[in-house]
Amino acid sequence: MDRDTELSLTIAQIVQRLRGTHLHSQIERQAKECLHQPEIKLESLKEDVRCFLRTSGWERKLQNAVYRELHIQLPPSHPTAPLEHLKEPLAYMRKAQASWEKRILKSLNSMSTELGVPLARMRPAEEQKELTNKWNEMGTDEPDLSRFRPVYAPKDFLEVLISLRNPNHDVSEDVGARSHWGLIQVPLNVRDIPQLRQAYSELNLTTGQLGIDDHAHIHPDLFESEYVQIGKKVVVEQDSAAAQQYSRQGCPTGLRADLWALILNSTNQPQDVMHYEQLKAGVIQHDLLVDNLIYKDVKLTASNDDYYFVFEDFLYQVLLCFSRDTAVLEHFRYNSATPPKSYIQGKVGDEECAVVYPPNGVIPFHGFSMYVAPLCFLYNEPSRLYSAFREMYIRYFFRLHSISSSPSGILSLCLQFERLLQTYLPQLFYHLRQIGAQPLRIAFKWMVRAFSGYLSTDQLLLLWDRILGYDSLEVVAVLAAAVFAFRAENLMEVTSLASAEAVLADLSTLKVMPLIQIFLFATAI
Amino acid sequence: MSDNSEDTKPVACTVKPPVYLQIGDAKTDSVHSGVCVVDASLPFGKPVNIEEITFKNYYTAYVTVRLLRRNPAQDAPAKWSTAVRDLPLMENPHTERGSQDYYSVHRAQMQVEPDHVVCVRLILRQPSSAWLTFSLDEIKIFPHVELDPEKEVSDWLSDLTLVDQHPDVEGLPDPQTVSSSIQQMWALTEVMQTNQTTASIGRFDVDGCYDINLLSLT
Repeated sequence: MDRDTELSLTIAQIVQRLRGTHLHSQIERQAKECLHQPEIKLESLKEDVRCFLRTSGWERKLQNAVYRELHIQLPPSHPTAPLEHLKEPLAYMRKAQASWEKRILKSLNSMSTELGVPLARMRPAEEQKELTNKWNEMGTDEPDLSRFRPVYAPKDFLEVLISLRNPNHDVSEDVGARSHWGLIQVPLNVRDIPQLRQAYSELNLTTGQLGIDDHAHIHPDLFESEYVQIGKKVVVEQDSAAAQQYSRQGCPTGLRADLWALILNSTNQPQDVMHYEQLKAGVIQHDLLVDNLIYKDVKLTASNDDYYFVFEDFLYQVLLCFSRDTAVLEHFRYNSATPPKSYIQGKVGDEECAVVYPPNGVIPFHGFSMYVAPLCFLYNEPSRLYSAFREMYIRYFFRLHSISSSPSGILSLCLQFERLLQTYLPQLFYHLRQIGAQPLRIAFKWMVRAFSGYLSTDQLLLLWDRILGYDSLEVVAVLAAAVFAFRAENLMEVTSLASAEAVLADLSTLKVMPLIQIFLFATAI
Repeated sequence: MSDNSEDTKPVACTVKPPVYLQIGDAKTDSVHSGVCVVDASLPFGKPVNIEEITFKNYYTAYVTVRLLRRNPAQDAPAKWSTAVRDLPLMENPHTERGSQDYYSVHRAQMQVEPDHVVCVRLILRQPSSAWLTFSLDEIKIFPHVELDPEKEVSDWLSDLTLVDQHPDVEGLPDPQTVSSSIQQMWALTEVMQTNQTTASIGRFDVDGCYDINLLSLT
């Protein structure tokens, strides 16, 4: 398709998606009410109304809504391409994702039958009342979760990714120019350092960064003060696109919550609060088996973490509601995964009684709660926290646990990590491979959680600033390679996987931005 | 927007099996071929004016389209010409991007006018040795359809004139006010219809019930 057709199609799709939304009716109402104002003249009605909408900030809100739609829009595709092709163009990956999903469903089904716990159950009135009273302190509950196991852990998923093969890929050559020394055997397009330098030019050595140039030793007048002033202006302007560009150099701690809310276009209007209350009602009404998985996950991960245990109650409030949110189903248009399906009891096969389980189609795995935990530092109102998390999930986090060829997908991140190490630290890679410590086996758990729980929180938030700023998870793979580069000397001395793990066990003292900057811009190529 | 491809059906063409070219003796050469030729011949005696050629890629890096055209006016033999040379389908022949995507070659992209075409030859190239095989699937050729000129409105329609009548309507409301209020209501319903939201209502249960069976594995 040519550019003009593509553009018209994009505009038509966005208009259709925004039509009938709350923003649409608000703008219409504003336009009608402004007719009373004396500046609006009949002769130049259209121009005057548009001018009013611009000066009152409504045009900016519409711009932000359009910008948000562009983030979650499907890439332009051929008109004859079927829907499954839009989710994932490569047939063998669709197949692999489908069989991985089947494994998960079987596991969940057998958990339900073995433990005798139904997948979903309506709570009796008394239990509903009790839960409503205890809503803000669900962490004090100590349910017996010993029988529940997580449906899968990241290492199970890694094994699936390692075993992924393209049936049309020629692997007859033992050692060749394109030998795959690493674990990932799929030839996806990944960028190398020269290309990354161009794409991430704002991270270069001569541009100021938060995480580097706001260090205590450096006088704030050199960079920090002015940068914070610019940030304040961006927040006042309420412009999503500007906030996203600004975030590339980092967000000041005091402005981060507002800037991220702008980038994610997550407003906290009455209808958002109402939507959250509706989800809460869904939690009170029905008890789901996945709720137990969520409880278990929070207890095992976030509650054990020094930084996040204080937010335990928030995590339940967000994750339980997240499971009930059917709005999340929308993201399956562009996610290679498919939501699990079931039927109302007694009505198997009756499509009218077909439902998605859980309602949002996402089955949590071990460590899932760590996607939410860092956000608790930014937002203390549950509905605001929820809204920000949901948008982050449907834009980025879903890619970390599904099999796809997307450049931000976990498979591409793994391959990029391996390629970066092989190209720029070949001795280290070879050494680790020889001692049976393939680097990906260590780095995978960091990347699957986007480093949440491994870095100290201020550093993690600086990393997530860049994920939002560049609208890509690539920087996670770059950081993983940079960490190995940083600890290369120690790693060259180890002689086993266990000692390699020990060298890389504690990342809490690392400063991420200097590592990324040096790896990207100071590596000799 | 080429609506033609939705309304028009592809021309029935015979796609011959792909021929992979080898250097030297085909039997002894163990290296994979990097060039393949696929001929799609159109029905004999019915040359086609092509609007668009669509296909699904399977690991082909570049495609060249050649057309065998026979001009019906002159009695000359049919001639081959290149319509598109080395159109890249895969950004990088060694990696996956674009390898299984759907593509179209539109008449506007072609270097010669694709009219009176008798046969279409697609020359596929895949220089990378990373792949076992490469081809194109679902090759479809869409004919160029001339749009009908606007039909002229018959003269007799414009001869009709409205007759202004004031029927006897004692006791009944004024027809003008009734018709204008009906018009307003109609306009409102139109607005309601166009404002149909794509947003879902958000309920995940069926009539309050969410007692489900085990998850479907199909």
